[in-house]
Amino acid sequence: MAQITNREIQQAGRLDSAEAFMALRERILAASDPNRTEIIVCHGTGCLANGSVKVAEALQAAVKAADLDIKVTGCHGFCSRGPLVVVRPSGLFYQRVKPADAEDILQSVLEGGQPVERLLYHDPNTDQALPQEKDIPFYSHQMRIVLRNIGKIDPTDIGDTIAHGGYLALAKALYQMSPEQVVAEVERSGLRGRGGAGFPTGRKWKSALAAIKKKGYPAYVVVNGDEGDPGAFMDRTIMEGDPHAVLEGLILGAYALGAHQGFMYVRAEYPVAIKHLNIAMEQARALGLLGQNILGSGFDFDVQINRGAGAFVCGESTALFTSIEGRAGEPKPKYVRSVEEGLWGRPTVLNNVETWANVPQIIEKGGEWYAGLGVPHSTGTKVFSLVGKVNNVGLVEVPMGTPLASIVEDLGGGVPGGAPFKAVQTGGPSGGCLPYDMREVPVDFDSLTRAGSMMGSGGMIVMDKRDCVVDVARYFLRFLEEESCGKCIPCRLGLTRMREILDGFSQGIGSEKDIDDLVSLAAAIQDGALCALGGSAPNPVLTTLQYFKDEYLAHIKDKRCPAGVCKDLISYSIDPDKCTGCMTCARQCPQKAIAGEKKKPHVINQELCIRCGICMESCKFGAVNVA
Amino acid sequence: MINMVIDGRQVQAQTGWTVLETARQNGIHIPTLCHHEAVEPSGACRLCVVEIGDETWSKIVISCMYPVAEGLNVKTDSPRVKNVRRWILEMLLAQCPASPEIRALAAEYGVQTTRFVNHDPNEQCILCGLCVRVCKEVVGVSAISTIGRGVHKKIGSPYGVVSDACVACGSCVTVCPTGAMSARLDAIRGVHAGREAGKGGK
Amino acid sequence: MSTSPLIDIDEIIERYPGKPEFLIFLLQDIQAAYNYISREALELVCDHTGVPFSTAYATATFYQSFSLKPKGEHNLRVCLGTACHLKGAPRIVEDLERRLGIKAGETTDDLQFTLETVNCLGACALAPVMVADEEYVPGATSKKVEKLVKDLAAS
Repeated sequence: MAQITNREIQQAGRLDSAEAFMALRERILAASDPNRTEIIVCHGTGCLANGSVKVAEALQAAVKAADLDIKVTGCHGFCSRGPLVVVRPSGLFYQRVKPADAEDILQSVLEGGQPVERLLYHDPNTDQALPQEKDIPFYSHQMRIVLRNIGKIDPTDIGDTIAHGGYLALAKALYQMSPEQVVAEVERSGLRGRGGAGFPTGRKWKSALAAIKKKGYPAYVVVNGDEGDPGAFMDRTIMEGDPHAVLEGLILGAYALGAHQGFMYVRAEYPVAIKHLNIAMEQARALGLLGQNILGSGFDFDVQINRGAGAFVCGESTALFTSIEGRAGEPKPKYVRSVEEGLWGRPTVLNNVETWANVPQIIEKGGEWYAGLGVPHSTGTKVFSLVGKVNNVGLVEVPMGTPLASIVEDLGGGVPGGAPFKAVQTGGPSGGCLPYDMREVPVDFDSLTRAGSMMGSGGMIVMDKRDCVVDVARYFLRFLEEESCGKCIPCRLGLTRMREILDGFSQGIGSEKDIDDLVSLAAAIQDGALCALGGSAPNPVLTTLQYFKDEYLAHIKDKRCPAGVCKDLISYSIDPDKCTGCMTCARQCPQKAIAGEKKKPHVINQELCIRCGICMESCKFGAVNVA
Repeated sequence: MINMVIDGRQVQAQTGWTVLETARQNGIHIPTLCHHEAVEPSGACRLCVVEIGDETWSKIVISCMYPVAEGLNVKTDSPRVKNVRRWILEMLLAQCPASPEIRALAAEYGVQTTRFVNHDPNEQCILCGLCVRVCKEVVGVSAISTIGRGVHKKIGSPYGVVSDACVACGSCVTVCPTGAMSARLDAIRGVHAGREAGKGGK
Repeated sequence: MSTSPLIDIDEIIERYPGKPEFLIFLLQDIQAAYNYISREALELVCDHTGVPFSTAYATATFYQSFSLKPKGEHNLRVCLGTACHLKGAPRIVEDLERRLGIKAGETTDDLQFTLETVNCLGACALAPVMVADEEYVPGATSKKVEKLVKDLAAS
């Protein structure tokens, strides 16, 4: 996009006024031609794993002298269709692109001819080709505020970011707004924390200002990029695809509070996010958008990145602070709020990645504009990751209050095979499972809480009839058992004891008294645990008990796992009518429990079978049944 | 002076006190395991939970760290409080059957048996961390620490070998509420530790 | 793995100021350079940062990224995020455990393979996914795992 190269921009040196920034922006815009063709290759994790680097290389090689750009961007969200290629400005959308398709794509672009038919997205219901990105339901139902630039900009190019509106809010705030006005604007927006609990961001900032008034400086601003909820990857996508948005939001927060030092705590499992944030910071420093005397305003602020070291609990605020301080991330009781006593005991504002990334647009367009999106007590949009048994696995952004069914069915395309979904797990290990009957629930902070689940960071795991709720509840307990810091007794011992009771259920052992004990122990853990990890850990068990008690009873009374998951209650068999005798299962079986002659139906020896399920996974003819 | 209510009784507290301090000053008993006056509170054992609030809104907090406030209404023995304590003790009974202190405490709260299986009949440690805190905060040598995390966590010296930092003062044994440290000290200071207290530290 | 035993430990230590808050930075760099943290390295870090040895040991054993024992030449990490769990990740872990003769979290005696599980890589569209060294393996199956282990063992 930017025809002024990064190098030239960096040579502009540190900008010393809002005018100098606007002049640079004008230069970048003037030098770029909005009608120039760009072929955009998604480099999100999903596309990368499916070979998008080779696709980009092939396009680059094929482009030769042609007058167009190949651009690599962050995640476009439609991960299940990757590698994705989009032609701009035409908006032509290609999916599952291979390096060998490069020549055809290029030819079509250069000759302005027909799109490459075989790479177009086809509506699974009507089989109609939808060549334009904007016509594909996965995109057309979205409202992209936080993700607005992801998939458009080169995240490693500050010029491209500036051309797309980056740092406009910062220039505005530094020269046209007092710090108090910035806080007031965020408060007016109604923005609530996107990390899980949904605390109003403006109110948090205001309390921090009050604490600073009382205690003085230093104060800190911190990005929580320790996205740990399984099935959630929105923060990763934002940090990778639009790192400047997070950085700009943080600088704005620092300006509002008068903080001079910020920290970004990012999961070690996200190396690309760390890399892109580092590049963004370096570029911002070179332009005077970060560091001493930002844009000549006299305001100083800088940021340090702390990599996580593999501990889910460090997403909890007090544990995160302890980890930044260099120690084992054990939470502390929060009877004094972190806005008063946070990092090194100083007033600290901690917000998650998506929250910070919302701030620049709130400042640029006004809190009122933002408050008009979504629903009254949950304003704005929210990014969700749709995963599990859903056709369109990926990342979507919708206004708060969108019904659950709309997200799973309209955007997600429903469950593969067309059956209704069984449940949707929201809120990660702290959340709950909502059944199909609850599909009209508006997805906002308060409605989800009322339904027994929670927003969490925005992971939505879609389950179908082959997923067992007892197994899922066990899974989350096991997850948190491993991630518990072990400091307090209810969490360290209680999660294991709850899981042991569920282990029994999964083996058909248990009684209604055990269910009662489970609920009573869950209440003790909710009340007694030190931090939110333990305090919310029983939620998946409690919501599945609330909505799927019959399935629990099927396990302990009928000794049956209706979903066919719990190993001790199921058996595999081969349907002789479907089995072709290809012998694949017999070869893959680790127990050599499958016998049969070539081209004749095979049989599983139940004595030897360990119910690993490899036969079912490897059968191409759907001949292996589980019951 | 701060005026507040504990179990229906009007009591007075000084600014900066915790609920636990206030209760004990007024002769109201709240059980604790990880609390000791000599070191900073940590909030690990959760046995000292109390319920604060009224009929419309209440929550469970730990009294050893919760600061007093004017008009605070505290219940030290409500059904919610009892439920937390009962389960903690029932789990500890399964975890540390070898500790007479735990058995006595559990019995005091009506917990005689446990539904949970025991994995190590000799275990006495409840991982309250008092030993670690006293070693760091009072003795000042930090010879021991927690090792690992979560369900795998234990207490000991680095690499489980004799510690150069240990001064064999025995403070950890003194503060240990379950008798677990008596059995461990020798492995930390060296069985034939000829050193006197105060020597050999860093 | 891009580890170089030739990196001088002192060079790593000098990268950060001698303050306790840089303990984790140092452990991360040492882990990256040597694939594990030796007792000697841990002692040097303590001397530099002023962190008590037991505190550093507590920190090093708390975080999953750190290993106090040498890891295998090849690192296999199976994602156990929710999406991967539903799509058969436990089966992949068990399969690898059988093939390598070790449990998750362990290293083979010949130091060739370390098998680990990771709680969500945030690559849910690829479920079940694993990472072999730095390479993502999307849609892992018993067959893919068999080939992967064979290829890595031969490399």
